[in-house]
Amino acid sequence: MTDDRETSHNQGPTTVNRMADLNMPLTSAAGLFTANAPKVTARDVTVHYGDKQALFGVSIDIPEKSVTAFIGPSGCGKSTFLRCINRMNDTIPICRVAGEILIDGADIYDRRLDPVLLRARVGMVFQKPNPFPKTIYENVAYGPRIHGTTASRQELDGVVETSLRKAGLWDEVKDRLDQPGTGLSGGQQQRLCIARAIAVGPEVILMDEPCSALDPIATARIEELIFELAANFTIVIVTHSMQQAARVSQQTAFFHLGHLVEYGATEQIFTAPSDKRTQDYITGRFG
Amino acid sequence: MSDHIVRAFDADLRTLRGMIAEMGGLAEKMMTESTRALAARDIELARRVIAMDPKLDALQHEIEEKAVLTIARRQPMAVDLRDIVSAIRIASDLERIGDLAKNVAKRVVAIAGQFHPQKIVTGVEHMSDLVMGQLRDVLDAYAARDDDRAMDVWNRDGQIDALYTALFRELLTYMMEDPRNITFCTHLLFAAKNVERIGDHTTNIAETVHYLVTGHTLTAERPKNDTSSFTTLDEATGA
Repeated sequence: MTDDRETSHNQGPTTVNRMADLNMPLTSAAGLFTANAPKVTARDVTVHYGDKQALFGVSIDIPEKSVTAFIGPSGCGKSTFLRCINRMNDTIPICRVAGEILIDGADIYDRRLDPVLLRARVGMVFQKPNPFPKTIYENVAYGPRIHGTTASRQELDGVVETSLRKAGLWDEVKDRLDQPGTGLSGGQQQRLCIARAIAVGPEVILMDEPCSALDPIATARIEELIFELAANFTIVIVTHSMQQAARVSQQTAFFHLGHLVEYGATEQIFTAPSDKRTQDYITGRFG
Repeated sequence: MSDHIVRAFDADLRTLRGMIAEMGGLAEKMMTESTRALAARDIELARRVIAMDPKLDALQHEIEEKAVLTIARRQPMAVDLRDIVSAIRIASDLERIGDLAKNVAKRVVAIAGQFHPQKIVTGVEHMSDLVMGQLRDVLDAYAARDDDRAMDVWNRDGQIDALYTALFRELLTYMMEDPRNITFCTHLLFAAKNVERIGDHTTNIAETVHYLVTGHTLTAERPKNDTSSFTTLDEATGA
């Protein structure tokens, strides 16, 4: 098992060196686990909502082109941290973020950086499918249009089709692109939202409990989609379903009371977690 | 180990552990009584041991079913998952131990009424005692989730292998001394091999306990001192 993993993820010795240089604070029992090069790097990230501290010094490396799951009880800070990665917390006036978050080595909290452009690179999918009250076509075309990434209607058509295909929705909607996106089923709406996120060509996709409002079949479709998307995108998913985290992710991070308690290879976290709090949470023993 | 939010899950795990304890008790009993039957050439006792085996097999099936059902219903993670996987593994080792004890008992029936100096049996008895101690210790280690104790058992398996090799040579010597011993010694040799195999399954259980407690698989080579496969007649008799 270990050997398979190493062959599929091993990027050669340079990866290990780079990680070591960053003093990667991985708490995996097996020590450093082999993974792709880090796409998102967080160092000592602290978040306050007014006087209340929500995150305490979170440091993590999220490898590119893989799926990283954040798990933990409600209010543990996992969604807060997820929202830091595309600066969604900027929209909350009382929220203060300290520490450093880098994407490809560049600070995303740099004042010169336009958060709107950042959010094109870091897409987001929410718990409840939230398509715009527009046609299916317009839902997907909206992003490329406002970012002006397409030159012609023809090109835009191409982006819409490709995005819907990647989201596994094209065959189901190709004959009714002019109908409202809100008329789709819940699972289809969620895949429409994923298509919308993909349309602007992001590098990272954040998903905040993307399946919690869906039935098991629609959930399975999204999970299959997540697996396919991981070949091209860096995916970070917050989920309340431990089984889902175990099914879809390569890395799992466990948050508790605003702290990143344990971060490691998913198979290690779910078979032999090294921290007792992780163990108690994933086995359903939390008091 | 208990205190799940869903208490029915605790009950499931307790049931599994209880069933393993029952199997362990039964396997231990089969082992002890087959040795006693061998030492005393007690055919009645040997037949009783043989009759116990179906019960052990049935228990193993029950454990497997219960384990599969628990996985399906509870989707266990981490230590709970290891708990259930360990139950399946240990049940299968205990079932094999029962089979091997039954084989020893069958030998007792086969050698009934044959000429046999008592001293020949002593070596096998001694080895059985040692293996029985191992089995008892490893079952205690499982019940107490005690990795150190399981590792002690694991480390001691080398002694049993060494003893088996010594016994092998001893039996060869008896056969050369007096050809009338050959039939009896051959059966005894198989009995000893069965006991040695029980020792191996005991070591398997020790490895499972280690995995259960620590979450890591033992990768080190198990201590082995069984060189009987390389023993020649000249060597055995010191010629």
